Amino acid sequence: MSDNSARLFETRLADVDPAIELRGVTKRFTTPDGSAYTAIKEMDLRVEPGEFTAIVGPTGCGKSTSLTLISGLERPTAGTVEVHGQVVKNITPGVGFMFQTDAILPWKTVLDNVAMGPRFRGTARRPAEAKAKDWIRRVGLAGFEDRFPHQLSGGMRKRVALAQSLINEPAILLMDEPFSALDVQTRAIMSNELLHLWDETRPAVVFVTHDLEEAIALADKVVVMTAGPGGTVKATFQIDLPRPRVVQEIRFQQRFVDLYQQIWEALREEVDIAYSQTTVAAEKVA
Amino acid sequence: MATIEAPGAAGTNAADSAPSNERIYKDRLRKHKITVHLTQAAVLIVIFGGWQLLVGTDSTRIILFGAPSGIISQLVTWFRDGTALGPLWVQIVVTLEEALIGFFIGSALGIVSGIALGRIRFLAEVLGPFIKVLNSIPRIVLGSLFVLILGLGIESKILLVIVLVFFGVFFNAFQGVREVDRNFIANATILGASRWEVTRQVVLPSAFTWIIASLHVSFGFALIGAIVGEFIGGSQGLGQLIKNAQGTFNANGVWAAMVIMAIVALLAEFFIGKLEHRLLRWRPPQLGSLDSQASGL
Ligand SMILES: Nc1ncnc2c1ncn2[C@@H]1O[C@H](COP(=O)(O)OP(=O)(O)OP(=O)(O)O)[C@@H](O)[C@H]1O
Ligand SMILES: [Mg+2]
Repeated sequence: MSDNSARLFETRLADVDPAIELRGVTKRFTTPDGSAYTAIKEMDLRVEPGEFTAIVGPTGCGKSTSLTLISGLERPTAGTVEVHGQVVKNITPGVGFMFQTDAILPWKTVLDNVAMGPRFRGTARRPAEAKAKDWIRRVGLAGFEDRFPHQLSGGMRKRVALAQSLINEPAILLMDEPFSALDVQTRAIMSNELLHLWDETRPAVVFVTHDLEEAIALADKVVVMTAGPGGTVKATFQIDLPRPRVVQEIRFQQRFVDLYQQIWEALREEVDIAYSQTTVAAEKVA
Repeated sequence: MATIEAPGAAGTNAADSAPSNERIYKDRLRKHKITVHLTQAAVLIVIFGGWQLLVGTDSTRIILFGAPSGIISQLVTWFRDGTALGPLWVQIVVTLEEALIGFFIGSALGIVSGIALGRIRFLAEVLGPFIKVLNSIPRIVLGSLFVLILGLGIESKILLVIVLVFFGVFFNAFQGVREVDRNFIANATILGASRWEVTRQVVLPSAFTWIIASLHVSFGFALIGAIVGEFIGGSQGLGQLIKNAQGTFNANGVWAAMVIMAIVALLAEFFIGKLEHRLLRWRPPQLGSLDSQASGL
């Protein structure tokens, strides 16, 4: 009897595998001059299903690199990357990725861009387009279906990218500074919309940003990385602010300010290190 | 072909309130265009008038250099009475046929192999050196060989055209594949695209900007190939017409054939421009006034 319940308990545990787990992950790149560059070093990261995680860190610390590892676009040099308990060997199924730079296809209309995901996954044209129209409406672009990307504003292109990655209803959504090119107001609007859409399907999100305010306002958990080379997780902070949140207003709460100070303390050191590295390098060149 | 739209042409209707800067601007634009066209006409008159005057009535000069009036009358004769080789249109059709068939086969081969080698690293590594060597030989000389092997019919010319067209298109397609934004490929892959789908929907459209650029130049090469082929050995076509004119000291005939070729080339340029416009409709409108690069003629 007790035996049985123990086994039951075990299987329950196995069911709640973390959405993403990095264990001792190192990634080295070969630079054009043939030497090796360690982008991230022995990094551990755990993201629960449905959890919104933000990663902050100085430039060049390996934030984008960790996302490409999770997506399966790159393989780690050492350590393991697991998604839902499966070691990542190829492109991770059920993953959505919003890239740091525009990656929607300029030769496809908004409709065709958004419909791409279902089309590639074998949905017939009609239903795929119907679904795409629905998502275009959800990100607030109804009426722009026939436009080409160059006929849209930067903010609208980000919306297309958002619809494009959400339409496959990914269990894991990777976002690499998705809104950094936008003006402050558009950014706040997009952040709110993101939270709203996230709430509908609850994917596990890894959201990379330079903006600590944005990270705290959006996430359940903020991960601070150390300066590169060999960036790794320095500290993790739980964000216990209540949801639903309104991004523009949340920063006035005392709890937000406290968290900000606490995390900034950790981040500032790394930013300083990264900054002094670049200035030293610049002085060497000069 | 760049179309210049007058700014503010759509929508804004300020015309009733103010006589508007817009109208003044349009007026100025129109005047500017007229000036450009008049100057162009003047340039033509100076060139052809000068030519006519310099040649004058000196018969040796006429034989050596030809004269605009002679070229025109030669064209009229050809059109009305036919050429020594038969009706003029037959010559044009023969040359066009060779150039077009060769152009289509050559560019298709160039596009397919350029993209295949660009996408499949192993193929590029194996075949790269061979292609470089083949590219370095003066291919026009192959024309003689083709005439020997395939005879005086159109096959030898078509083959020469294919060889001339292929390499330009191939290298551009290959380069185009390499220049594809890696982000686009990563994005499509994440969205679930297979390798073939990536090639079809990401690589090909992206490389098309490069490929189209090479098509403009390649059609020039196609015409050269057809004409040189006829020159080397043939019985019909514009190349033969030129050879004939040269053999009978008829400079006007050479020029007249060249005029016809120029018209054909311009027409082809027009259609390739149309194709470009259709295929690259997704691009933001380009600035620029020179429609085509050197066409190789
Ligand atoms: N393919 C590559 N080859 C060589 N080095 C690379 C490659 N990709 C990334 N790197 C290096 O790895 C380091 C981390 O890069 P990464 O793009 O992950 O930084 P990041 O944290 O996203 O920076 P940013 O905030 O500026 O986007 C950088 O120093 C970069 O130069
Ligand atoms: Mg980055």
